[in-house]
Amino acid sequence: MIDVLFFAELQETVGQEKVSLQVEGITVKDLKTKWLAEYELDNIESAMVAINEEYAEEDAVIASGDVVAFIPPVSGG
Amino acid sequence: MEKDFWITDQPIEINDVVEKVVRPEAGAINTFIGTVREFTKGKRTLYLEYQAYAAMAEKKLEEIGQEISEKWGDAKTAIAHRTGRLDISDIAVVIAVSTPHRKDSFEASRYAIERIKEIVPIWKKEHWEDGTLWIGDQKETKSYEENRPAKEEIIND
Repeated sequence: MIDVLFFAELQETVGQEKVSLQVEGITVKDLKTKWLAEYELDNIESAMVAINEEYAEEDAVIASGDVVAFIPPVSGG
Repeated sequence: MEKDFWITDQPIEINDVVEKVVRPEAGAINTFIGTVREFTKGKRTLYLEYQAYAAMAEKKLEEIGQEISEKWGDAKTAIAHRTGRLDISDIAVVIAVSTPHRKDSFEASRYAIERIKEIVPIWKKEHWEDGTLWIGDQKETKSYEENRPAKEEIIND
């Protein structure tokens, strides 16, 4: 199982902070295009991805127990 | 507060951040205080709401401190960023950098705030008189612009 975290506008669109999915061994790209397709997250392509709190690339493979976070363009400060 | 880099939903006491970097080697402590601005290009902000991926944000703030130590040598950095609802003039972020000489502390402090706007997972939502928007870039013109960290920043992470 993996946990997927959403923030800012993505969180409002999904309607929750966290979604747990029974998958492993998929890439970030698979996660976006297949597993999260139902949420119709138009802005997800502008988001960075972090796996276990480190920025990761589209082809990174997600393992069981990983926490994947979608990081929309940041605006702190 | 035990950490030198932290996210909090409580008001930030400036001295809590400054005292983290006080040390005998320092000849300068530069402090940057980011506050909530009422008007941006004529548009009135009522209040802001900040959200953070707190665990990762604290790690990224700490990385900025490490980058500063690499770039300026003998520098000590502390940063606090607030989340939740902030009213006009409330403090959103406090950065303190101490160095032996003043020039480095000015430069490093500037570097820290610019890096926060690039790599730290914190978002602000503008609440205007006529609506709301999660701000997705620092130009405050549109949200979700293609604005990823450069590739080398990902690799360095």
